[in-house]
Amino acid sequence: MKPSPFSPGVEAGRLDDGAYAENFSDLHPAFDPHEALVAADRCYFCHDAPCVTACPTEIDIPLFIRQIATGTPDAAAKTILTQNIMGGMCARVCPTETLCEEACVRELAEGKPVKIGQLQRYATDHLQEQGIHPFSRADATGKSVAVVGAGPAGLSCAHRLAMLGHDVTVYDARPKPGGLNEYGIAAYKTPENFAQAEVDWLLKIGGITLEHGKALGLDMTLEQLKGDFDAVFLGMGLGGVNALAVEGGDKDGVLNAVDFIADLRQASDMGALPVGRDVVVIGGGMTAVDAAVQSKLLGALNVTLAYRRGRDRMNASVFEQDLAASKGVRIMTHVVPRALHGNGAVREIEFEYVNDDMTGTGETVRIPADQVLRAIGQTLDGDALPDLDGGKIAVTGAGRTSMDGVWAGGDCAAGGDDLTVTAVAEGRDAAMDIHASLMG
Amino acid sequence: MANLQSDFVGIKSPNPFWLASAPPTDKEYNVRRAFEAGWGGVVWKTLGSEGPPVVNVNGPRYGAIYGADRRLLGLNNIELITDRDLYTNLEEIKRVKADYPDRAVIVSIMVPCEEEAWKAILPLVEDTGADGIELNFGCPHGMSERGMGSAVGQVPEYIEMVTRWCKHYYSKPVIVKLTPNITDIRKPAAAAKAGGADAVSLINTINSITSVNLDTMSPEPSIDGKGSHGGYCGPAVKPIAMSMVSEIARNPETHGLPISGIGGITTWRDAAEFITLGCGNVQVCTAAMTYGFKVVQEMISGLSDWMDEKGHASIDDFKGAAVPNVTDWQYLNLNYVAKAKINQDLCISCGRCFAACEDTSHQAISMSETRVFEVIDEECVACNLCVNVCPVENCITMEAMEPGQTDPRTGKVVEPDYANWTTHPNNPAATAAE
Repeated sequence: MKPSPFSPGVEAGRLDDGAYAENFSDLHPAFDPHEALVAADRCYFCHDAPCVTACPTEIDIPLFIRQIATGTPDAAAKTILTQNIMGGMCARVCPTETLCEEACVRELAEGKPVKIGQLQRYATDHLQEQGIHPFSRADATGKSVAVVGAGPAGLSCAHRLAMLGHDVTVYDARPKPGGLNEYGIAAYKTPENFAQAEVDWLLKIGGITLEHGKALGLDMTLEQLKGDFDAVFLGMGLGGVNALAVEGGDKDGVLNAVDFIADLRQASDMGALPVGRDVVVIGGGMTAVDAAVQSKLLGALNVTLAYRRGRDRMNASVFEQDLAASKGVRIMTHVVPRALHGNGAVREIEFEYVNDDMTGTGETVRIPADQVLRAIGQTLDGDALPDLDGGKIAVTGAGRTSMDGVWAGGDCAAGGDDLTVTAVAEGRDAAMDIHASLMG
Repeated sequence: MANLQSDFVGIKSPNPFWLASAPPTDKEYNVRRAFEAGWGGVVWKTLGSEGPPVVNVNGPRYGAIYGADRRLLGLNNIELITDRDLYTNLEEIKRVKADYPDRAVIVSIMVPCEEEAWKAILPLVEDTGADGIELNFGCPHGMSERGMGSAVGQVPEYIEMVTRWCKHYYSKPVIVKLTPNITDIRKPAAAAKAGGADAVSLINTINSITSVNLDTMSPEPSIDGKGSHGGYCGPAVKPIAMSMVSEIARNPETHGLPISGIGGITTWRDAAEFITLGCGNVQVCTAAMTYGFKVVQEMISGLSDWMDEKGHASIDDFKGAAVPNVTDWQYLNLNYVAKAKINQDLCISCGRCFAACEDTSHQAISMSETRVFEVIDEECVACNLCVNVCPVENCITMEAMEPGQTDPRTGKVVEPDYANWTTHPNNPAATAAE
């Protein structure tokens, strides 16, 4: 019998094909040209605009919106991409409600900000769908740089370095480039294989060689890279996952949310992906929400997002929390897992309610769980790295590490807020610093 | 409820909203729909002489200027006078007037500048039972090339001459429609009055090219790659029309000459403004062409509500009320001193006032690191640009200083008395105010 959302255990194919297609379609469908004009017209072209200040890559938002409003979306795209070469992805995944759109004066005035993210997508899509790459390389410098990690930080850094005339080799442990854009972001935020299309477009600058299946520490060492290249940029993200150190934490049915999402992103048939009837996601960040929502969209009957603090402390934005709630995810707060129960495979999870200061109340609750997804943080893998700060690579200025000739940015570097847009900014700024350093 | 009844040079209509002579009034079918929708009157689309009718282009006749969300702000047209048979129009006019005796039906006419031509058509029009005629001395395209329309309206002597013929051969009111494509609107108005006109109506449309196609290099609307100037109308022309109306209303030579106001009237408020500047009624075209005849219902309810609120029982109660306040620059009170004031509770910190003042005006607005914008009274000349560019209504206001206060910009005490340029010491032609 075909499984349904009511079937117990972990099952694939709980929904029919049409439901999968609808569930994983574009979260924010693209603007058509008229919608873009109307939305663009709402921009006040503020002086020293607060939205620009709020953007980690400092895109000149009023200018690009005016360029859309005056019928030149390709010029708008160039304004965006000059500051943020992954402006297309950022338009899709940025938590704009806590960045540019929160700062928009119309948010203050009316609670309805200019739709900056969707306008940015309109402009960048308009340019990229024509296959136009508006940047070209400077004269060759004869310098070479190794970039470790083909995620947002690494690709941003690589593009800027290539544009400045350097030759760049990008190493990545995975079989495809894109990093979390390809493996780690909810499918409905970047449908139609946008992550790979964006990388293909980005590489049109030339001068960038991609080396896949090359992990730092396994296939090459930092010392080797330092010897072979004039500079090294580390942007490999966080490869490790925090363990769930509770009784029964290794039972069947317990997996990492990042792996769950990566499998989902790489799947060609959502109906082939197994998902529990009662899914519990532990964590409070974007990864937790992405995993919880997508579990629901795969056909899980009950999905609970369990977080140890209050909603106001969740790293996931209010928009993300509301999205989860709207999809039917139950958000439990002030709970800490104490034990997983079940004979071999997990059947129930037991939480203790905790106070704001994380002291236990002694009150516990058990809820059904045939799948438990851990989203309780990731860790930096590897040794022989530059000095660390809080488990991440310590950096000063524009990504300078404790090692001469080695820069770092993105999630693997200390500081920042682990957003795609922050990674892009850090990669870009490190590239400028590397350039200045190499050209002395 | 206020009485919107209109009596314009003896022509009665249930409200002061007439449809102007234009495409909406070209046929019985349209006019009946207009009356059913509530329009007080129509000026039938311009009739020409007996004989083969004019022909129109077979390509686009209109071009437009848009605001946000394709809101139509300005429209131009290259349509000519009616291209239907004269007698068909006359029969329809007669039927419609008979069926709608309480509505105003005015017939617009444009025939060559020869007495015989007018002598021939006027009895035919008289026979329709229409309430009056309007002389089309304004159409700026096509017909003007043939010595009619604005070609007549640009020569006061012709206006006077033709008006006199009309008064001679026609017994009912004669309204002269003026072209704005001249230097001084007072001259044609005075000529109309001298010729015996019962009223003037203005403005007709303004010579215009709405846009150029940057691919084909053709002006729009494009007829097989070429464009001709059209007549501009719609909300964009309202300020020009109101200025011209006011000039006629306050000119001693034409003061009191009844005026039918035309030019971008889109809402009840526009209509009320024209009436305060001396108009006895108003004519509308573009608003109807943009939204359909139903817009008159908003105009009726809006004007009525406003009149009730202000205690105006009839149109005459406020007609011309703003005319005494229209003056020449030289008579403006130079002792009146104002300062911009920003309401910090309403300010949304967009900084447009700052950019405008800092870049293009008097550097009279400060910006703090926390985006608080404040007026620097020492620099503010009260130019009003900050008010105009602020996206929040009433956030920035102009506050008059009280006599006795010292203007921090000039260091001078604000005088209580009125004083203008004619007596100002900097004016070489000043006459001593003794």
